[in-house]
Amino acid sequence: MNTSSPQPIYSVSEFNQSIKLILEKKFPLIWIYGEISNLKIAASGHLYCTLKDEKSQIAIVIFRGQLRQLKFTLQEGMGILALGRLSVYEPRGMYQLILEYAEPKGVGALQLAFEQLKQRLGKEGLFDTSRKVPLPFLPSSVSIITSTSGAVLHDILHIIDRRFPSIAIDVWPVKVQGDGAAEGIAHAIVKANEIARTDIIILARGGGSIEDLAAFNSEKVARAIFSSVIPIISAVGHETDYTIADFVADMRAPTPSAAAELVVPLKAELRLRCGELQNRCISCIQGLVSAKWNAYRVVRRALVHPSKAIQELALRLDDNMIRLNRAVNLLIQIRKDVSTHLARYIMLNIPKEKISKYKLIISGYNDILLKQINTCASERKLRLSSALASLDALSPLAVLKRGYSIVRSLPEKRIITREKDVQHGDSLEVTLAEGQLKVTVDKS
Amino acid sequence: MTRLSFEKALEQLEQIVHEMESGQLPLETALKKFEEGIRLSRYCSQKLEETEKKINLLIENRDGSISEKPFVGNDDLADKEVE
Repeated sequence: MNTSSPQPIYSVSEFNQSIKLILEKKFPLIWIYGEISNLKIAASGHLYCTLKDEKSQIAIVIFRGQLRQLKFTLQEGMGILALGRLSVYEPRGMYQLILEYAEPKGVGALQLAFEQLKQRLGKEGLFDTSRKVPLPFLPSSVSIITSTSGAVLHDILHIIDRRFPSIAIDVWPVKVQGDGAAEGIAHAIVKANEIARTDIIILARGGGSIEDLAAFNSEKVARAIFSSVIPIISAVGHETDYTIADFVADMRAPTPSAAAELVVPLKAELRLRCGELQNRCISCIQGLVSAKWNAYRVVRRALVHPSKAIQELALRLDDNMIRLNRAVNLLIQIRKDVSTHLARYIMLNIPKEKISKYKLIISGYNDILLKQINTCASERKLRLSSALASLDALSPLAVLKRGYSIVRSLPEKRIITREKDVQHGDSLEVTLAEGQLKVTVDKS
Repeated sequence: MTRLSFEKALEQLEQIVHEMESGQLPLETALKKFEEGIRLSRYCSQKLEETEKKINLLIENRDGSISEKPFVGNDDLADKEVE
């Protein structure tokens, strides 16, 4: 024993538990095929059997619920293809497969090949919904890849004609079963993409056995569909038949007729919708215009001639003036009433003795004032007469009265004070105390 | 409006009708939308009528070229499938 990494010592149940963990993790869900034997159904309704091939066998359980969903009855010796998960039954140290789904493996190899291819292509991403191209709403033209014998093409053409008669159609006649069918179909898909004059490809075939549908389960066709730039709708077999082509196609139609209906819209319906939209467009604009028209009329009504507006304003002004006057008068009246009332109140409250006493005082003041004014007046008279006397003494008239005269040249009336200022023959004016003389100078 | 697909035209028309029916558009814009709407509706109708019906049968020749024949009915063609 190595002491540095000691081997664990398990109990039986611990060991079985470890095995259970490992196995169930390793094989969560697997496909398996083989032959049924030792089949028995327990009282619980669960089915127990073994699945074997030439060399080996494994215990199988199908629970009642899953058993009920199988579309066929399991029989001793029957070959099946099944989907199940590995389960370890700890109490007895046994492992077994619990089946979720099984189907008869009548054609054995073909069915298995189908499942294996489906799994492989699925893993590769050929079925990814993200890779699917949406179908055009209204294809300008349609390619149909199918056999020209049989009802399928006829059905498709009939339905397209009924739904949208004027669509252009390319028919690619191909073998849909037998040798070379897969190659023919794949080639037609490639060619249709090369020509690239249609918006959609319908890949169709009527119902058949799994051997009949082999071409549609081939990898060649699957890869051709996947590489197609033009979207492909598959319509292979009946509603219940699924082929690899169905999984890769951009859309699967349950039947060829359904494919035609999915691809081509109803012309009449579109025409109706178009017309309806146009009518809504028209009624909308009519509604809008009439609404605007109404709004305009409302505004138009509100728009009055300026003179009318002025009249209205004048009326309002008058009205306001009247109301203002009335208000002012009312205020005055109120104050008048108050003051009369107050005056009356005051009169009533002044005693009569006070009035006569004040009258006496007032008349006393009057006398004093009169006396002062008289004194003032006589003083002023005196001063005036003395002023007049001194003014008289200063007047030139008084000097003239004493015998002097004033001599002025004529006509300048310049006063002459020197003899040399006058010439022989000049006219002079002499002003005397009383009157004037006009004299002529004689210097001879 | 060249190469406008029927679907796009119909979508645009629906969008315009929707906008107009919302009643939020000023008159000028509404009139423009209306004209556009009518044009789209005419375009759609025209698209619905224009494609002429024809069914061609496409057969590959030995040299790989494709020849095209008008398709008559499927009874007489059973023998012409690509090999």
